[in-house]
Amino acid sequence: MLKLEPRREPSRLMFYLTPFLAIVLTLAAGLLLFRVLGKPPVAAMQLIFVEPLRSLRGLSELLVKATPLILIACGLALGFRASIWNIGAEGQFTIGALSGGAVALAVYPATGWWLLPLMSLAGIAGGAAWAAIPALLRTRFNASEILVSLMLVYVAVLLLGSLVHGPLRDPDGMNFPESRIFQTALPLIIPGTRAHIGFVVALVVAGVAWLLLERHIIGFQIKVLGQAPRAARFGGFSDTALTWLCFLVSGGVAGLAGLFEAAGPVGQLVPALPAGYGFTAIIVAFLGRLHPAGIVLAGLLMALTYIGGETAQISMSLPSATTSVFQGMFLFFLLATDVLVKYRPRWIPARPAGAPAAPAAAKPSAPVVAARVEA
Amino acid sequence: MDLLANVLISAMIAATPLVFAGLGELVAERSGVLNLGVEGMMIIGAIAGFAAMLATGSAILGLFAAMAGGALMAALFGVLTLTMRANQVASGLALTMFGLGLSALWGQAYSGRSAPPFPRLYIPGLTDLPFVGKLLFGQDGLVYLSLACVAGVAYVLTRTRVGLILRAVGENHDAAHAIGYPVIGVRYLAVMFGGAMAGLGGAYLSLVQTPLWVERMTAGRGWIALALVVFAAWRPLRVLLGAYLFGGITILQLHSQALGVKIDAQLLSMVPYIATIVVLVLISRDSARARLAAPACLGKSFHASS
Repeated sequence: MLKLEPRREPSRLMFYLTPFLAIVLTLAAGLLLFRVLGKPPVAAMQLIFVEPLRSLRGLSELLVKATPLILIACGLALGFRASIWNIGAEGQFTIGALSGGAVALAVYPATGWWLLPLMSLAGIAGGAAWAAIPALLRTRFNASEILVSLMLVYVAVLLLGSLVHGPLRDPDGMNFPESRIFQTALPLIIPGTRAHIGFVVALVVAGVAWLLLERHIIGFQIKVLGQAPRAARFGGFSDTALTWLCFLVSGGVAGLAGLFEAAGPVGQLVPALPAGYGFTAIIVAFLGRLHPAGIVLAGLLMALTYIGGETAQISMSLPSATTSVFQGMFLFFLLATDVLVKYRPRWIPARPAGAPAAPAAAKPSAPVVAARVEA
Repeated sequence: MDLLANVLISAMIAATPLVFAGLGELVAERSGVLNLGVEGMMIIGAIAGFAAMLATGSAILGLFAAMAGGALMAALFGVLTLTMRANQVASGLALTMFGLGLSALWGQAYSGRSAPPFPRLYIPGLTDLPFVGKLLFGQDGLVYLSLACVAGVAYVLTRTRVGLILRAVGENHDAAHAIGYPVIGVRYLAVMFGGAMAGLGGAYLSLVQTPLWVERMTAGRGWIALALVVFAAWRPLRVLLGAYLFGGITILQLHSQALGVKIDAQLLSMVPYIATIVVLVLISRDSARARLAAPACLGKSFHASS
C-alpha cells in the first residue's frame, strides 16, 4: 500500500512544482467533466483556456479581471501566513466600491484631478473599516473571524443593493437600481480596451507586499505567528496588533479593488458589482503560495478562467458557474498535491493476509504520544 | 391565533434545513474536523435530490440521492483533509466553491422545473384540532425526522459507546489512537454523516420548501448552519433551539412586510446574518468557556507516528 512518510525538511522542489501539478490535474479533470456532460471536451477546454489569449481584447480583459484578484490576494496572503482567516474580502470589496462611489456621487457633478485619488482613499477606508469589525470582535470578544467576516459579506451585498435602490439611485435613470455614471474614470493603459491603471497599482501593491513579507520584521512576525504561535508569544509579538494589521491591510486593498472595479470597467454602482472576486482571491492566494510573485501569476491564471467561462457561456451555452467548478478544482488539486511538500509517498508491498504483522503497522503497543502534524 | 400558528409553522419549515445541516456539522466537529464546505454539500444535496426525484418520480428516492450526494462531497473533503492532510479551512472553501459550480452545471437542465408538493401528515381528528393541530400533527415528514435526528444524535453522543469514541477522537486524537481507535476512520464516518445530513437539508429546500431548483438556492444557509454549531456550543439540543430561533427571525422578516411594517426588504434580510454575529460574540466572549465547549482537536490534522 501507499504510505506517507514525513520528510525531515519540506521539499523546496515540491513547493514550487505542486502548483503546476495542480494545473495539469485540473485540466485533466476538466476534460473528464466535459466528457461526462456530453460536451466536446477538447474544444471546450480550448475555448476556456486558449481562446481568450488569442486576441488583444482577450488579453486586455485578462488584466481587467486579474487586477482585483491580485490586489485582494496580496492582502489576504498577509493574514493567511499568520493563520488569520479573513474570508470576507468580498464584503470589504463591496463596501470599498460603495464608499468610494458615494464620494463621487456626493460631489456630483463636480470633477477634477482630485476626484479619483479621493475616491480611492474613501474606498480603502471603507474596506478597512468593514474589515475592522471582524478584527475587533476577534481581538476583543474572541469571536471566530472566519464566520464574522463571512456573515458581513451578505450584509455588505444587501447594503449595496438597498442603497442603489434608494438614496444612491440615479435620479435621471428610469427607476433602474443603478447609480449615476461616475463623472470620472480610471485612466486606461491600453487604449481602446478596458485595461486600466489599476493593474499597475496591483503590481506595485504586490511589490510592497513582497518587501513587507520577505524583507521586513513584520513579515517575519507574521510568519512566526502562523507557524509557531507559542514561539510568537515568547518572542513578544503582539497577537492583537498583528491581527489588526492583517485585517486593516487586507480590507483596505480589497476596498481599493472594489473601487477600481466600480470606477473602471463598470463606471457606476450596480447591485451585481460583487462578482465573487473576494472568494476567488482566496484561491489565488493559495495557488500563488502566499507569495506576491506567485500571486501575480495565479491571479492571471484565475482571470483566464473567468474570461474562458464567459466565452464558453456565449458559444457553448455552459452556465457561468463553470468558472467556479474550475476554481474549486484548482484549489482541491493544489491542496491535495501539497501533501508532497511535507511527506514522501512510499510504496510498501502489502503483506499476504494472515502473515505476522510487522510491528510498525500494528496497533501501537506502548502509549507513546504520537507526533502531531499541524496543517 | 391562526396567524400565530401559521407563523410558527413557517418558522419550523424555514428552520428544518438548518437543523439537518447544523446537526451533521456538529457530529463532524465533535470528531475534530472543521468542514467549512456545508454550503457546497447542501447545494449538491439539493440538486441531487431534485434530479433523482424527477428521474424516478419518488421523493423518498430523491432524499436518499441527496444524502448520497452530500456524503460523496464530504468523502472528497475527507480525502483532502484526512488522507492528504490538507488545511481544513481552505479545503472547506474549495468544497463550497466546487459544489456551487457543479450544481449549477448539473442543474442547468432542471432550472425552472418544479416538483410536486411534498405530502404533509394528516391524522383525522388530531390535525383538525384548533391551533395546535396543524402545528403538531400537520407538518411534512421531514420536520419530524429532523426532530428525531436531534434526539438520536443527542442520545448517541452522550449515552453510547460510539458517541464516547467519537468524542474521544475529537478531544484528544493522540490518546484515542494510543488506545487503538481508528482516528482517521472515525473521522471519515463523522464527516460523511455530516455530508449526508447537509445533503438532506439541501434536498429539503429543493423538494419540500420551495419545491423547485434554482441556482445557488441555499443562499448562505450552509454558513448559518456552521454558525449555529458554535452558537449551540456543540450541543445537539441547542442546535435545534438555535435553528428555530433563526427560522423565526427569517419568517418575522417576511411577515413584517405583510403586516405593513415599512422597512426596506434588503435591510430586513440582513437580520439573520447580523444576529449570527451578535450571538457569536455573546457566546465567544468568555474565552475560557468557549474553549471548554469546543472539541480540543477541532481543525487539527492527525498523523500517527507509529
